[in-house]
Amino acid sequence: MDKFSSHTGIAVPLRRSNVDTDQIIPAVYLKRVTRTGFEDGLFAAWRNDPDFVLNTPAYAAGSILIPGPEFGTGSSREHAVWALQNYGFKVIIGSRFGDIFRGNSGKAGLVVALVEQSVVEQLWALAEETPGVEFTVDLATKTITAGEQVFEFAIDDYTRHRLLEGLDDIGVTLTHEAEISAFEATRPSWLPKTLPAKVAS
Amino acid sequence: MGKTLSDKVWEQHVVRTAAGEPDLLYIDLHLVHEVTSPQAFDGLRLAGRPLRRTDLTMATEDHNTPTLNITAPIADPVSKLQVDTLRANAAEFGVRIHSLGDLDQGVVHIIGPQLGLTQPGLTVVCGDSHTATHGAFGALAFGIGTSEVEHVMATQTLPQARPKTMAVNINGELPTGVTAKDVVLALIAKVGTGGGQGYIVEYRGSTIEAMSMEGRMTICNMSIEWGAKAGMMAPDETTFAYLKGRPHAPVGDEWDAAVAHWQTLFTDSDAVFDAEVSIDATQLTPFVTWGTNPGQGVPLNAVVPTPAGFADPVEQAAAERALEYMGLTAGTPMREIKVDTVFLGSCTNGRIEDLRAAADVLKGAKIAEGVRMLVVPGSARVGVQAVEEGLDKVFIDFGAEWRAAGCSMCLGMNPDQLAPGERSASTSNRNFEGRQGKGGRTHLVSPLVAAATAIRGTLSSPADL
Ligand code: SF4
Repeated sequence: MDKFSSHTGIAVPLRRSNVDTDQIIPAVYLKRVTRTGFEDGLFAAWRNDPDFVLNTPAYAAGSILIPGPEFGTGSSREHAVWALQNYGFKVIIGSRFGDIFRGNSGKAGLVVALVEQSVVEQLWALAEETPGVEFTVDLATKTITAGEQVFEFAIDDYTRHRLLEGLDDIGVTLTHEAEISAFEATRPSWLPKTLPAKVAS
Repeated sequence: MGKTLSDKVWEQHVVRTAAGEPDLLYIDLHLVHEVTSPQAFDGLRLAGRPLRRTDLTMATEDHNTPTLNITAPIADPVSKLQVDTLRANAAEFGVRIHSLGDLDQGVVHIIGPQLGLTQPGLTVVCGDSHTATHGAFGALAFGIGTSEVEHVMATQTLPQARPKTMAVNINGELPTGVTAKDVVLALIAKVGTGGGQGYIVEYRGSTIEAMSMEGRMTICNMSIEWGAKAGMMAPDETTFAYLKGRPHAPVGDEWDAAVAHWQTLFTDSDAVFDAEVSIDATQLTPFVTWGTNPGQGVPLNAVVPTPAGFADPVEQAAAERALEYMGLTAGTPMREIKVDTVFLGSCTNGRIEDLRAAADVLKGAKIAEGVRMLVVPGSARVGVQAVEEGLDKVFIDFGAEWRAAGCSMCLGMNPDQLAPGERSASTSNRNFEGRQGKGGRTHLVSPLVAAATAIRGTLSSPADL
């Protein structure tokens, strides 16, 4: 994973709450077996709506998305994160997120910055006042700079550390292989195993 | 101070803990399906890593598979590629797979319990948000994304920050015609779609204790719909009786050793939860959704709410948009809402008990004019059992379509979809915009309400017949 330190890009106000993962990318777009190409399904139901924010030319090249509360609730599909990334988003700023979505984002390198809903409202106002305005999100200082104003955001320390360092999670865990093996040696024999397969007679 | 059920199961799986880091949890059972796994297998291949514990891993095909002509090659080439990719990956990495046409194929959350692989006290994960279903057995079960799927494949562990704990106390006898589905829909309407965020919840109380495993699974299944990390229930005699004799349940001395352990899996009387919610089951009535998230629900005998009635401006705006999408007018009695399609199935309500309950209501009746009904068993084996009991005939005689097992119209990834503007009464778990097909309008209901609705053509309960 690439290291993330700070990002400057166009802020996109998405004034909707409960944008679940089915809205971010509907199931019919999940059939690819790669991690790329999912931008075609991003917000599919709204992409033909002229009023949809990404159809405003000033926002089309946005890379910082600012949705309403409960963004990314619903399905565990990491495709939602990939679709946002494939489109060009680097950061999502919001007040409340679906847990799995937030976890997936951290793993895939999409920064989820948590702020109060009142800050979201201010950021929306700033982004709408000057469509196409750029914000800067700095992970080291946990700040969002929007014009003259600076807002702090929250992100859990471990995820932030991993993103800053660009760590490969699996690689980190595999350095603890001895502990995993020691744990495995203590597992009781009656725990279920999928192999050999047993089926009802 | 005592421990909660989830504390016990969590602590029994900590491989490693370090200050400032999430706990590293051991995973006892990893379930895999075609949609969220291909990129994970690819990751293993790219890094040259093996799959660590094939004997704790099992795959099936469910999301993308057709429910008609299942012996023919899958017609949609993209779906076919995804299913073929899973088969090839399973073969390459040595993973057990239950493919379309196999008696143990089915929705991943139905086949784990059915095979007896889902047991109390396990950690169970799957690249699917409804994994909490397995929590009905006292397992700590949660959905993960594809990066985490790869992590489990490579290490059989997952780094996890420890959530808080919440008790959902559900007490009292359920009135006739009120089911587990109504309980959980009423709960979500009460606490909101974000109410459980950051929590592992434990459903407890006399209503849960009196419930079958099927009902318990229906409730745990929808934990994610109010944001909870996982939902659990303490295992008891009902749990043990369900498991006994299942293909992967322990036998002989091992059964005794397992039960002795399972009996320690309960919340100590002096344990303290971080939060508590209570529901009086005796006051519940059949519950249905009117909007586009599972928290937008009301009793069936209520009316479509007025957006202005919501104090919170965010909820008010969401309600306005939902009514517009759903094509509904505030004040309309829910019972007068006409549906086009009834879907009986999914990992929420696609088990044998659900099919029996619906068939009981339908027996001898005829489907309402202009309504189509799809009955999709949650697994091939549920389908076989239904045929043995003659339920398929009841559905067919009634005028419903009897299909092969899979997720089907729950998510509309295969050809089973709603057309734009079409309205469904669905026993599944999500009424999101477009969930069952682009422009489709979904009302979440119990199997009893689904059946009565198919008879009358408008949202109804058996009491209306
Ligand atoms: S039945 Fe529906 S909710 Fe369950 S696993 Fe399949 S798609 Fe997901």
